[in-house]
Amino acid sequence: MNSIILQIASKYLRIIFLLFAFIALFRGHNQPGGGFIGGLLAALYIVYDSLAFTSDQIKQQLKVRPESYMGVGLLCVLLSFLPSIVTGAPLMQGAWLSVDSSVFGEIKLGTPLLFDLGVFIAVMGVTLMFLFTLSTKK
Amino acid sequence: MLIILILYLVLAFALFLIPKNISKQTPLLIALVQLGIFAFFINYLPNIAAGHVINQSIAWIPHLELNLEFTLDGLSLIFALLISFIGFLVFVYAKTYMKSYTGTARFYFYLTLFSGSMMGLVLSSNFIQLFIFWELTSILSFLLISFFNEKEQARKAAFQSLFVTGFGGLCLFVGIILIGSIVDSYSLSVWLENADVIRSDNKYFPALVLVLLGVFTKSAQFPFHFWLLGAMQAPTPVSAYLHSATMVKAGIFLLMRLYPVLGGTIEWTYIVSVIGALTMLVGAYVAVTQIDIKLILAYTTISALGILTLLLGIDTKLSVKAALVFLFVHAFYKAALFMLAGFLTKISGTRVLYKFGGLIKHTPWGFIIAMLALLSMAGIPPMLGFIGKELIYEAKFESPWVSSLLIVLGVTANVFMVAVSFLLLFKIFWGESRMDVTSALSKYKYLLISPGILALLSLGLGLFPDLLATLIEPAISIIRGYDIQLKLKLWHGFNLILGISIITVLGGTLLFIFIYNNKGAISAWQRINNRLFSIDFTRVFSTGLEKFITFSSKNTHLIQHGYNRYYIITIIIFTSLLLSFQLYMNRGWEINSDFTLRPFYISGLVVIITLSALMSVFSKNSIFTVTAMAVTGYGISLIYLYYSAVDLAITQIIIETLMVVMFVLVLRRLPNFIKLSGRSTKIRDAVIALSFGVIMTFLALKAINVDIHPSISDYFVENSAVKAYGKNVVNVILVDFRALDTMGEVTVLVIAALGVFTLLNLKKSGK
Repeated sequence: MNSIILQIASKYLRIIFLLFAFIALFRGHNQPGGGFIGGLLAALYIVYDSLAFTSDQIKQQLKVRPESYMGVGLLCVLLSFLPSIVTGAPLMQGAWLSVDSSVFGEIKLGTPLLFDLGVFIAVMGVTLMFLFTLSTKK
Repeated sequence: MLIILILYLVLAFALFLIPKNISKQTPLLIALVQLGIFAFFINYLPNIAAGHVINQSIAWIPHLELNLEFTLDGLSLIFALLISFIGFLVFVYAKTYMKSYTGTARFYFYLTLFSGSMMGLVLSSNFIQLFIFWELTSILSFLLISFFNEKEQARKAAFQSLFVTGFGGLCLFVGIILIGSIVDSYSLSVWLENADVIRSDNKYFPALVLVLLGVFTKSAQFPFHFWLLGAMQAPTPVSAYLHSATMVKAGIFLLMRLYPVLGGTIEWTYIVSVIGALTMLVGAYVAVTQIDIKLILAYTTISALGILTLLLGIDTKLSVKAALVFLFVHAFYKAALFMLAGFLTKISGTRVLYKFGGLIKHTPWGFIIAMLALLSMAGIPPMLGFIGKELIYEAKFESPWVSSLLIVLGVTANVFMVAVSFLLLFKIFWGESRMDVTSALSKYKYLLISPGILALLSLGLGLFPDLLATLIEPAISIIRGYDIQLKLKLWHGFNLILGISIITVLGGTLLFIFIYNNKGAISAWQRINNRLFSIDFTRVFSTGLEKFITFSSKNTHLIQHGYNRYYIITIIIFTSLLLSFQLYMNRGWEINSDFTLRPFYISGLVVIITLSALMSVFSKNSIFTVTAMAVTGYGISLIYLYYSAVDLAITQIIIETLMVVMFVLVLRRLPNFIKLSGRSTKIRDAVIALSFGVIMTFLALKAINVDIHPSISDYFVENSAVKAYGKNVVNVILVDFRALDTMGEVTVLVIAALGVFTLLNLKKSGK
């Protein structure tokens, strides 16, 4: 479909979609959401984009290939285990860092967040991989 | 001792770091290291000779009771010395031999690793560990035989040797485990202590047979000998090192190692000595009729290995002593002969015996070395081979049973050996000169260094055998379990043994003269042989293998037919049966759940879900089907939402959306939607699908009020905020409590994506 309206609209919707995805990721620990949902939402924006653009155009805009997303995602997951290995705690035990900020109040950053981020990126990569492979013209 | 193995390993990998401009000197570097290791072991000689045994044990996997255990005793010392010394000579030899080939870095890498593995094998005193080294030598032998991998013959031969020795290796492994299960340990020391227990256990016989299968395949005993002939495709340094001096002796080593554990029984005596005698005879007999000099040497090697096995089987006072002496005898003359054969092939470009002639004029040194080595092989004084042969005869005489038969067999085999020795010597160096080799001679003259040293050793140790005696004495006491005074000498005075020796040499010489003077004798003889022994072992092996492959591929096709619909049907039917069986056995069929469809909008949702499911089944349009399925999914996610499973609902909605997109993308690629299935197929599919659905529904209803374990969800709810700082229990479970599961799931997803990617792209490129 070559619709100028969709193409312009998707430029703005993209931001909203991604914002939504990240919110889902970050609030996931305390409220409904999380890395899996966030990753799917992020992929959904590309599905939406694919209505407006061809998959080659999307690939160009993305700049990073889906394989790399998958790899980086898995790497994040593995990296999140690193603190527990270094400190000698049981593997995958979460490590937490408390940051006091005047705007948001106390923010707790922990390896589970990194883990969730890894899931986010990997899931997004997987979905993109499916999408691109299936939508490439024969 | 571990340090030696690490040295080999590091050296092997370091070879690739050697800069190009000095890489020509690589083999000399390795040779020097081998010499150093030889010196290292020589250092231990006085200690070992005094009766000490040096043990080293390093914890490896302690909770499996697997430790790295090494033992340096009389037996392993002998082999360690042989491996490092022959290794030294082989690398010196290989420097000249291999210089015209490409890929020598790989060659030296394999050969160095082989030295290390072989060393590890003889030093191991834990049998699991020994098995690992045993297999390593098999694999490296495979890689070295196929070194000229552009030749199909070499590849085939390599595969064959790997199959045969690999089969034996597996047998050995099972045998080791059987013995290990008797005494509950894999340590040599424990096996030695409980030797009587092992021998009287009813697992002894199967274990013995399996171990012996390993030994016989490795040491090329009849009827497994054929792989050694194929192995002659390897470069000559490999033939000299692996396939005559060291690797094929691994089986002999294991026989010696296990002699105090498994030996001395009737079964051992019969199996080992009969197979040994057969191999000895077949090898020597066939050697005479061969025309390829390398194959002649290979057959005599088989024969020699047969002699060693026979000696370890007949179990007399002298037999182990004779075997150890002969081990040295053979290692020295056979490695020298292989190296000479390589030299001759290099200068003349042929391996066919009858194309040689008159080389004595061109290479007198080559002649002298060949003469010394061949005299040792024929067992003629003053060579070491003579002492070896005398001892063998003496040992056979002592045999309490069928000693006369053994002597006859031994004399026959040795007559052939003598004839072969003379044949090689005279056909190659005597007669008229038929080839011009002067140009190649100077290029390859360094190839004579290593065989020269070995030939001199055969002579020197023949004249002064006491040196050898000090080496062998501790090994005998290790194998036989008591100390023995060893006297080796050339001259025993006029006695029966000497008489038999003279008969042997005379018989061999007569046979040689007959063959030498009758040009057609060999080919006529070969024709007779072909008629008598029409079994070509190599062909039997390869046809057997082919039959097996066709057999298994037929069987595989029965299950792996390649129709997706039948795979799915199989999976679903099997799952349904299994589930209903399990439900019936464990739970019964009655349902007593407080199942309800209230409030009314839930009932409405259920109606919508059911209707859309039905529509998806009966629709005639594939897009419609997909959409109807999505409606089902959305409906279900609303039910989730009603029961406050928010995360689940969100995920379900997004997944359904993505699924529709994916389905549409897939459908685009498919041909138009045509209903091809007939009425009966439809009914069949409906029955299968309905029964599966019913069982799953039933399972879900049962699952509600099944409470096998005290619920773990309470723990999650209680600790989620306290210990994991998260209020969304579902998410905390995913990323923290059960992070391992999530990681696994994500990895599976990634692998699936890669699978889809490759599958679809494969199709695209038309494969």
